Amino acid sequence: MDTQDYINSGILELYVYGLLNEAENLEVAKMAKENREVESEIISIEKSILNLSTSFSPFLSADNFAKIKAKLELKHSKVVQLQPKSNILMYVGWAAAVLLLIGFGYQYNKVNQTSQQVVVVENEKSKLQEALVTSEIKNKQTEDALTVIRDTKNTVVNLGGQAVSPQSFAKVYYNKQSATVYVDAAGLPEPPEGKVYQVWALKLNPLTPTSIGLLENFTANNYKMFAVDNASGAEGFGITLEPAGGSKSPTMEQLYTLGKV
Amino acid sequence: MTQEELLPLIQTKDDRAFSHVYDMYSKSLFAVINNLVRDREEAEDVLQEVFVKIWKNIDSYNESKGRFYTWIINIARNTSIDKLRSKGYNNSQKNLSSDNFVHLLDDSNKLIHKIDTIGIREFVNKLKPKCIQIIDLLFFKGYTQQEASDELQIPLGTVKTQNRNCINDLRKFLHV
Repeated sequence: MDTQDYINSGILELYVYGLLNEAENLEVAKMAKENREVESEIISIEKSILNLSTSFSPFLSADNFAKIKAKLELKHSKVVQLQPKSNILMYVGWAAAVLLLIGFGYQYNKVNQTSQQVVVVENEKSKLQEALVTSEIKNKQTEDALTVIRDTKNTVVNLGGQAVSPQSFAKVYYNKQSATVYVDAAGLPEPPEGKVYQVWALKLNPLTPTSIGLLENFTANNYKMFAVDNASGAEGFGITLEPAGGSKSPTMEQLYTLGKV
Repeated sequence: MTQEELLPLIQTKDDRAFSHVYDMYSKSLFAVINNLVRDREEAEDVLQEVFVKIWKNIDSYNESKGRFYTWIINIARNTSIDKLRSKGYNNSQKNLSSDNFVHLLDDSNKLIHKIDTIGIREFVNKLKPKCIQIIDLLFFKGYTQQEASDELQIPLGTVKTQNRNCINDLRKFLHV
């Protein structure tokens, strides 16, 4: 018989209902084992009739379940046996959890300390770098100053103190060939707030002052050695105190030092 | 859970396996038992007896004999009929009732039942009266084809196929 005809005969429904005799029963069971289509048909029939009958069940009190279990002496024996074991396990578990937490706390602390140390070290490092840069700048300034002083091509012009400040003095290192001018202003007092020294190259006949620069950042310059603009053919140098930014022509009342080449 | 998943669990015979069997089948069996016994309290006694029998004889169940569900439905029907006989209803199975399983849905359980039951009740209202009768006799009461043919006055040869058509309608509704 063809599988579909077999299914459509309705024998599988009677099989699920339990209405077949033993021989028929074995035959269907054998068919189900050999034929997946038959097997899945049986499962579907079972689902539908189980669903239908379940839906028509009157209210079933939970007492029945308890009573059956009592009759079968099905108790939660396994669970009870497990109780002491699980207690030990529980303690071990808690202990492990606590240890883990302490470990976490310790590690967290360590990491914090380390990162603080890193910050401190970073700060020190940048301070050291600043110090290094500062000393490199100083070194450069010293070298520059020495180079200027040692340069045999330079003519040293001593500028003496004038009426407004007789104690002041300054030196000008003047290279006549290249016209470069350096000013050693170590003998000048600190300029007051809002004032700045201005350096003038002078021609004497007639007396013509030409501004060759300001001694800016006077306080910050440790060696008071300043490079100013070139001055070709200068016959003398003068330094006056002028308002910040300098003046077009020297304020003669504030002439601090003056000297001839 | 299907029978295929349930059977290996049953072999362990532990508490959990029993709970699964009870959850899956108790209501279905209770409906079958009630439909035969017709007394709520006695039906509960029978149900308890049935589950005790199932569990005590579980080793004698063998898949080659048929479905597990079929096996326990037979236990439920037989235990119910034994109960009726012991109460003096001789031949009671046949004489019992023109009532069918639809009448199990009385006022006491209408409120308690779940939404899906309401759905299936509507479906049963649409189901041909012939189908309700034939499913009631064959599945719920365990009539033979001959007995059903006599009761319903339909040709013996059509009992099987009529029942199949009814189950097909049910399957379409349930999508199984």
